[in-house]
Amino acid sequence: MADFQEVSYNSPIEGEISENAGNAHEEDGEELTTLDEPVKDTVLRDLKAVAQKFSHIVYPRKNSVLLRDWDLWGPLILCVIMAFLLQGVKDEKTGGGGPQFAQVFVVVWVGAGIVTLNSQLLGGHISFFQSVCVLGYCMFPLVVAMVFCWTVVKLISHQTAILVVLRLIFTSVGYGWSIFASLTFLGDSQPVGRKALAVYPICLFYFILAWMVATYS
Amino acid sequence: MTSHNSDWGGFSSGDEQTSTQDQAQHSSKSAIIDMGNMDDSSVTSSWEDVGDTTHRVKDSSIEGQEGPGMVSGISGNLGKAVADQMWQSGQQQARKMIDVYANIDILRPYFDVEPKVLLFRLGSSFLPLRSLTTPQKIPNELYGPLMIVFTLIAILLMNMKNAGTVLQQGTLMGTAFGICFGYWFGVSGLIYFLAYLCNAYISVVQCLSLLGYGMVSHCIILLLGHFTHYSHGVFYFLWAIVAGASAARMITVLLSRTVGKSQRLLLCITISSFHMLFLLYLHFAYHQVVKDILETLDKDLIPAYQAAEDNIRVARDEPESEIAAT
Repeated sequence: MADFQEVSYNSPIEGEISENAGNAHEEDGEELTTLDEPVKDTVLRDLKAVAQKFSHIVYPRKNSVLLRDWDLWGPLILCVIMAFLLQGVKDEKTGGGGPQFAQVFVVVWVGAGIVTLNSQLLGGHISFFQSVCVLGYCMFPLVVAMVFCWTVVKLISHQTAILVVLRLIFTSVGYGWSIFASLTFLGDSQPVGRKALAVYPICLFYFILAWMVATYS
Repeated sequence: MTSHNSDWGGFSSGDEQTSTQDQAQHSSKSAIIDMGNMDDSSVTSSWEDVGDTTHRVKDSSIEGQEGPGMVSGISGNLGKAVADQMWQSGQQQARKMIDVYANIDILRPYFDVEPKVLLFRLGSSFLPLRSLTTPQKIPNELYGPLMIVFTLIAILLMNMKNAGTVLQQGTLMGTAFGICFGYWFGVSGLIYFLAYLCNAYISVVQCLSLLGYGMVSHCIILLLGHFTHYSHGVFYFLWAIVAGASAARMITVLLSRTVGKSQRLLLCITISSFHMLFLLYLHFAYHQVVKDILETLDKDLIPAYQAAEDNIRVARDEPESEIAAT
């Protein structure tokens, strides 16, 4: 016990604690208002933040919002939409079917994880979840293409060549858009001479997703 | 708590004894180690304190002013207290965290490559060596091979989908992952084992790198097959020329590092046969699957299948009798 008394007596930590306490008091009011607000307001505020981030993807420009205020809600929503739409009907004759929900889910998250890990290993100065957030949000154009393909397949039973080409074009545009958006946000985080090394796995990741979208039937 | 205190006390006193014995000879060495301990900001505060304490103890022993007062000083107590707390509460968590970061740091040198060097290595993976007199260097790099394996997975997925491969147990993605990584790790491990037996000095990473760059030929041939739907003749031609060149590269590299005819023969036959047969397997198992299975079916069933040939998907991991029954 005597040791601990000496420690507390000699350490200069006390001053810092009081400073922290002062800051906590200052922020107290804001926290209380956040806690007291209706759930609807909280949800709406979060949805607004997610929608704002989607707008950054639609019109990609140098902006640190995605990196600074990262969240995984947007990627989760996009991933769930894509997995639901890609969910294939089981073929009773052969036992096969389209990609299953869990498969798409795993591909998206494991793929984003691998790409992020690769950028970390190459020396990129970006945190793990920031990168996963950007990669997830940048799936947005591909999800739009997926919705288009799904609508075309469901509404029109007989797929003509024009429709297939149209689907391919939509998917290609979505693919290009996704890469362009992700490079806008992640490009600066890579070492100067090695941007190409970080870009290749991103292209491969989105290519597999785009291929799944394009081959949906 | 008290027992740990005594442990730490014992540790420091033991260190002190050894330091007094060896100080005259190794004073500069131990000082460097202590400075490293002190300067390393990534270690926890407890270790810094312990290093600090031992450093001071050693300093005191150098000056010949060894006394109990230094150990029981304020800083020493602080170090003991913090070290005890850390030792009891956060040892495992800290070790886990350090392990994670250490693993990333361990892997980082293998990903240290310039794009130009990478392109050069990709190109030279098809060029066999001309001179076998000097041992050829094998790059200790994993970025290129890893990306080649991922590319092969993507191409294999496209081929599987194109060929209408259906798996009763498992998914296309999982199968492609399993095949490519299984081949890469499995054959690399085997080559490493054989190289160890044959005294070819090659590390595991070098094996992975050598085999990984060899898989570029698989990617090129399968990708061409996906887009052009070439005949078997064209495939065999590409198989012999492109995959053969890449196998020749691997063989010559291994030859330059191995001494002894039988050892060379063993290594070269193993790596080349695995390399060439793997491509054959990928082509015939996942590229022409529908056609080949249809050819093997009974003639009576063929008209029924041909009527709906566009929609046919045959489970690859089901016995043919069951397929025929459906």
